[in-house]
Amino acid sequence: MDILNALVAITNYILIPATAYGSQLALGALGVTLIYGILRFSNFAHGDTMAFGTAITIMVTWGLQAMGVSFGPLPTALLALPVGIAATAVLVLATDKLVYSYYRRVRAAPVVIVMVSVGVMFMMNALTRFLIGVDDINFADGARFVITAREFRDMTGLAEPLPIRSSQIITIVMAALIVAALFWFLNRTRTGKSMRAFSDNEDLALLSGINPSRVVAVTWIIAAALATTAGVLYGLDKSFKAFNYFHLLLPIFASAILGGLGNPLGAIAGGFVIAFSEIGVTYAWKKVAGYLLPAFEPDGLLQLLSTEYKFAVSFVILIAVLLFKPTGLFKGKSV
Amino acid sequence: MKKLLLATATVALSAGGAFAEDVKIGISLGFTGPLESMSPAMAAGAELAMKEVSDSGKFMGGATVTPVRGDSTCADAAAATATVERLVTTEGVKGIVGGMCSGETTASLQNVAMPNGMVMISPSATSPALSSLEDNGLFFRTAPSDARQSEVMTEIIMEHGIKEVAVTYTNNDYGKGLADSFQAAFEAAGGKVTINAAHDDGKSDYAAEVGALASAGGEALVVAGYVDQGGSAITRGAIDSGAFSTFVFPDGMVGDKLQENFGAEVNGSFGQIPSAEGEGKDKFMALAEAAGFNGSDVYAGEAYDAAALILLSMAAAGTTDPGVYKDKVMDIANAPGEPILAGELGKALELIAAGTDIDYIGASSVELIGAGESAGTFREIEIKDGVIETVKYR
Repeated sequence: MDILNALVAITNYILIPATAYGSQLALGALGVTLIYGILRFSNFAHGDTMAFGTAITIMVTWGLQAMGVSFGPLPTALLALPVGIAATAVLVLATDKLVYSYYRRVRAAPVVIVMVSVGVMFMMNALTRFLIGVDDINFADGARFVITAREFRDMTGLAEPLPIRSSQIITIVMAALIVAALFWFLNRTRTGKSMRAFSDNEDLALLSGINPSRVVAVTWIIAAALATTAGVLYGLDKSFKAFNYFHLLLPIFASAILGGLGNPLGAIAGGFVIAFSEIGVTYAWKKVAGYLLPAFEPDGLLQLLSTEYKFAVSFVILIAVLLFKPTGLFKGKSV
Repeated sequence: MKKLLLATATVALSAGGAFAEDVKIGISLGFTGPLESMSPAMAAGAELAMKEVSDSGKFMGGATVTPVRGDSTCADAAAATATVERLVTTEGVKGIVGGMCSGETTASLQNVAMPNGMVMISPSATSPALSSLEDNGLFFRTAPSDARQSEVMTEIIMEHGIKEVAVTYTNNDYGKGLADSFQAAFEAAGGKVTINAAHDDGKSDYAAEVGALASAGGEALVVAGYVDQGGSAITRGAIDSGAFSTFVFPDGMVGDKLQENFGAEVNGSFGQIPSAEGEGKDKFMALAEAAGFNGSDVYAGEAYDAAALILLSMAAAGTTDPGVYKDKVMDIANAPGEPILAGELGKALELIAAGTDIDYIGASSVELIGAGESAGTFREIEIKDGVIETVKYR
């Protein structure tokens, strides 16, 4: 029984939250890595693209709720998601046309385009705040729990609860579906293959008749879809606050770089490594130890690092990986 | 430059022409800086008390009181020191309402007020560190120390029969000060703090913090954070993971947003906020409305009381010399005596002239304890059926 309690505690406080957070990071990192692989620059505006897409989705959700539309036990925001993606795709395509296409034409150095993306970031930042404000917004509706803490306790008789939130399940399932669809698209379809070719060798791809503007447009649309979905899933799981999405940029970039920039598989792995290390290393093992070794009564919390240092954990891993494997865990482009 | 010269000349002339009893009182608040939105109402509160005293015509044989504003910036100790220096040496004020934030207050008190023997009454500095500061009896505050809030919180928790709590605080001076003084108070009362951990506001994920708090355990979780920041995120995580079901909310967490975010999910949780009630507060609200500002703004009433305390103490001492009237502040503020509410300063001056003791209550139920700081009235709240309800005032 005690072993079960220990397992349940680990699942409740480490496995489930880290998997959900990891999925959100992975989706964000996928967008960053795709842009890097194909357009060859680190898009600092990605966090705010997520915020913009989520803001539009929230507004459509409000509209749907006002009309009395609901999605049963699932959050209404999932119905509004396609509209959010479409609006975000229009925004990023317009940005590309107005801003990035010029720098591509003059063949600006990547670092110049990165700085341009910082400018775009501030614009999008402001745009999102104009649209929806700076407040904390909770837009999750539908059933909040698949199983609540009390239900689990009553059902199993264990001391430790294992509640499962619907937003966590939705996040994990959606992330798995989207990743599968993305890999199918990149590996099996003609457009996906041309994108990979463009990423591997631009000149060769152009010579073999691939239309660059089409590749660029498709990349932006996919990035918009990934950003909006990641943003909405994150917002459903936590809450929407424009400022938090700006902060999310840091762990997302850490994930993408850790996995190997430009490598989609690496982005996913990076997301999970960051999430698990942030939560696992700072976990206080006192409770679990109490179940497994009842005779052993520690005074301390058996915590490796205080939670203030959780960001340091992911950056230490990042530095170590870049020192010994500059292209990231999976073979990406070197930074 | 011409304008400046003209202005200086005018000021010099008017100063020369005024009564010898024209009393200047400095108002050193953060008119620019992080708390600039709070300062105007506070200054208006202090000036309201000065005007009331002047208009009564009973102060020091008909003397008038002139407020002099200075910008303490709240954040910059050097700028605050320079401001108070100017108020004391150039303007020749006889007492100061201020400073606003704990850090700059300490700096200007130690660098200017103490060497010059100037009385400072702060309406809003709440750091526990100010209680034990050596001040030559020159410093008072009409705001309660966070150490006081910690004691009240300890009392409330103990009355709920809870002996073991986990504490999470927002990682800044307010959060850390409150959490540390609470831990000291709670352990002194025989309770146990299982973990005292910081959380940073505006972060993307709080699962790690919630995990650590849950593992440390406890019967309740004290959330010394902000309701529109990480405080709510931690509470949400703790509820959802089934780690805690009872929460204790100090002032930063109590607000409409708390009710809106959690409602019935935090039923049975409780907390407290500094809040005055009663007739004095109502009278002050009416006076403030007539004067064109909002009396319910944070610390506006405390600023009114700070100014009133300085002036009434001068009247009681019969002199504007800070070195003399400083000893009267505690007498004026506390029982025994005739109770004086906000708006009754004229009556207070009459009573003082007649030799009657007064007990100043003012807008914020002033009662000074310890080294001259407000005992503070706290409103104990409890969440019942998803609504914040007032249990009682302490």
